[in-house]
Amino acid sequence: MTLPPREAEPPPGARTPPPGAETSSPGARTPPPSLAAISSLAANPVLSSWLALSPGGTVTIFSGKVEYGQGVWTALAQIAAEELDVALPRITVAPVSTDGSPDEGVTSGSLSIQHSGSALRQACAQARAVLLAAAASKLRTAPTALTVDDGQILAAGRPTGLSYWSLASPGLLDRAAGAPVPVKPPGRWSVAGRSAPRIDLPDKVTGRPRFLHDLVLTGMHYGRVVRPPALAAELLSTGDPTLPPDVRTVRDGSFLGVVAPTDAAALRAARLVAKAARWHVTESLPDDGDLKRFLLSSPAEEVPVESRRDEASAAAATTIRTAEYTRPFLAHASMAPSCAIARWDGEAVTVWSHSQGVFALRDAIAAGLGLDPALVTVHHAEGAGAYGHNGADDAALDAVLLARAVPGRPVRVLWSRADEMGWAPLGPAMLARLSAGLDHGGRIVTWRQDVWSNGFIGRPGRGGEPRLLALAHLAGGRPMPPAPDGPPTGAMGSTRNAVPGYHIPDLEVVRHRLLTMPVRTSSLRSLGAFLNVFAIESFMDELAECAGADPVQFRLAHLTDPRAVRVIEEAAALAGWAGRPREDGLGYGVGYARYKGLAGYCAAVAEVAAENDVRVRRLWLAVDVGTVINPDGVVNQVEGGAIQSTSWATRERVTFDRARITSVNWDTYPVLRFTEVPGVAVRIVAAPGQPETGAGEIAQGPVAAAIGNALADATGTRVRDLPLTREQVIRAIERS
Amino acid sequence: MEQQELHVTVNGEAHTLTADPDSPLLDVLRAGLGLAGPRFGCGLGLCGACMVIIDGRARTSCDYPAWAAEGTTVTTVEGLRDGGRLHPVQQAFLDEQAAQCGYCTSGVIVAAAALLAANPAPAEQEVREALDGNLCRCGVHGRIVAAVLKAAARRPSGQAAR
Repeated sequence: MTLPPREAEPPPGARTPPPGAETSSPGARTPPPSLAAISSLAANPVLSSWLALSPGGTVTIFSGKVEYGQGVWTALAQIAAEELDVALPRITVAPVSTDGSPDEGVTSGSLSIQHSGSALRQACAQARAVLLAAAASKLRTAPTALTVDDGQILAAGRPTGLSYWSLASPGLLDRAAGAPVPVKPPGRWSVAGRSAPRIDLPDKVTGRPRFLHDLVLTGMHYGRVVRPPALAAELLSTGDPTLPPDVRTVRDGSFLGVVAPTDAAALRAARLVAKAARWHVTESLPDDGDLKRFLLSSPAEEVPVESRRDEASAAAATTIRTAEYTRPFLAHASMAPSCAIARWDGEAVTVWSHSQGVFALRDAIAAGLGLDPALVTVHHAEGAGAYGHNGADDAALDAVLLARAVPGRPVRVLWSRADEMGWAPLGPAMLARLSAGLDHGGRIVTWRQDVWSNGFIGRPGRGGEPRLLALAHLAGGRPMPPAPDGPPTGAMGSTRNAVPGYHIPDLEVVRHRLLTMPVRTSSLRSLGAFLNVFAIESFMDELAECAGADPVQFRLAHLTDPRAVRVIEEAAALAGWAGRPREDGLGYGVGYARYKGLAGYCAAVAEVAAENDVRVRRLWLAVDVGTVINPDGVVNQVEGGAIQSTSWATRERVTFDRARITSVNWDTYPVLRFTEVPGVAVRIVAAPGQPETGAGEIAQGPVAAAIGNALADATGTRVRDLPLTREQVIRAIERS
Repeated sequence: MEQQELHVTVNGEAHTLTADPDSPLLDVLRAGLGLAGPRFGCGLGLCGACMVIIDGRARTSCDYPAWAAEGTTVTTVEGLRDGGRLHPVQQAFLDEQAAQCGYCTSGVIVAAAALLAANPAPAEQEVREALDGNLCRCGVHGRIVAAVLKAAARRPSGQAAR
């Protein structure tokens, strides 16, 4: 059950800018020197694997990146429409499938616009050149004499009678991309760079079937998995409950499930099977009330992340501070429980999944079950919002295992809410220990940061393991090995954003990856950045207080990057920082980070009222995400990230007893509600000519930090353990 | 399972269905009538993704037994539009781009439509309170509240409650 190692995301030094990144001339954006710089296109070079023209006047684009509410399909359609010179409504985005889509790895890391966007842009530019060459040949003129208006070929501004639609012949785009050609500069954009309505929303506001959960295939039956009653449990006997004759029970080791003609029948049968089954349960979990002890006492691998030693500077420290910050395990808590459909036809299996990485899922299913990957096809269909590696891939394997019992018949598996909350991978609990020294002038001269966490890089295939839940339950299966954490950099895994972006002469950052994984962990939106930025930015306020400095001025004094300075100044201006009111129980705080140390910039200011509860009233954010394709899409992502981060920071904590997760529904895992969410104002700081960065994860850390600092401002007490609840405030007051 | 006849008017059309009286109304709507708008989220009436309007009130349908729906009038998100025209709340959701993943959207729209039918000019706090039984995990709350207020402002006064 091993896979060939998949390529990890490249370290920051190896990152290549997208085409034309630094161009600000009015002409075309300078193309990159070689196709290799456009990684997705280099890996999938045939133009027809990116777009297809129909004689009816539409363009279908193919991407390996999936839509899960982040609006990426709309942005990709804008990029294609722009480069082809066609109207946006002519563009359709094809569903992602291992059968026909370019393999662009996983949709994660806020990289879709860089990866898929740059590839589509170049593929469309080259397709346009191919079409213009064909037109020029027919018209006996030079391609440079021709222009395009919504697909119509013009010569000297007049119609030629030719169009993309008349020129498109089968096979025309079945050619490998050549050396990169110039693409349009943002200054000449008319479709990209402007807010466009999301192409998926009309279906969603009218209730038209769109989600995988709505898909009904001919002859489909319904499966339910009966999960063990504990994270570590062995099935002793099924107890042979009496079931209706049209229900199939599937057992393989400790994997137990049912297949029935309707979902209601499957659910009833699953309850009977669960009641009759006998298990041996092992108490395998740590004390959820003492996560610090769990994190600091578990065996761990210690890896240096960053070491910039300057002992002379460090020796100038006159004040040394140390503090520890923690976060609990966090759940994805998607609105929909995971769902999948699978069908076996002889040796071949077809899967429908809302996985964020259909290619990795295909390979993991094949490796896990000893199949030839060529016989496994995975089609993507939309699920509810995904915020990282949730249960989608695991549900797909469940469906495959249950469908094996009824060959030729599609079987749909839907997880229960309790299974979604109790069995999907979680974002790991973390501890960051920070220590810093200030010189007599109040400047930071030395900083050390140690981060303890389970790994975040636990998606299917990572570390050469299929990493699908049910594999551990099958006869002969073995427990899932602890999640890897990616290359030890300030951009990856638990140490994402553990390297402060401030000018600090003496700096050391160390990762402590836990080598046991009692609770399964994997990627959750922003990975380690959520805690690291909360810790660094809380600590910055604590240091500013030592130095007797205003929090905003203290940050600016340690920054040299003008884009960083700009977002902090803009957020402070938006919030009226300088004139903020001073009232009892009301506090203001700031938080800042450049995501991964190399992507989008975000600064946040929070207003927190600490009365009977911790109430975040308002948030002001300024972001710089480089060149923007869909401004409203960016604002929507930043607003949503800010509200989700507020919920994580003030409410959320996965609870468990010694055997199982106990926060298995919305009453035991409360998230922020309509009456509780803050008002959010977002300003995009223009960054003409700068490369596109993602926007979906940049708010997570800065918002949590701003809230923490505002709470300290409101109460006079520093709370370093998330979530920032009333109980934590009382505990912190008692300790101080 | 015991099956019974169920008489229910859904989106203006009278249906006589055969259903397990103890099954949730959500199953009747999705599996029985093929309506995709009401969505399964939790099964305990805690998230609002399955909301429909039953005799004028927005209710969760995942924990509403089919037998209790006997003789009722049910409106799902599919039934809100007036011929080819979107309900003002649906239109405002598009205008404000008030969604991300869209899984909670139909339940939220239904709850908002029921609110505006009962209270055509709600204050912002009333909108928030009316939607407090609906969870949104993507964090689109601000846009949703803005959309509902916009729909209320646009709604011709005296429009019949649906």
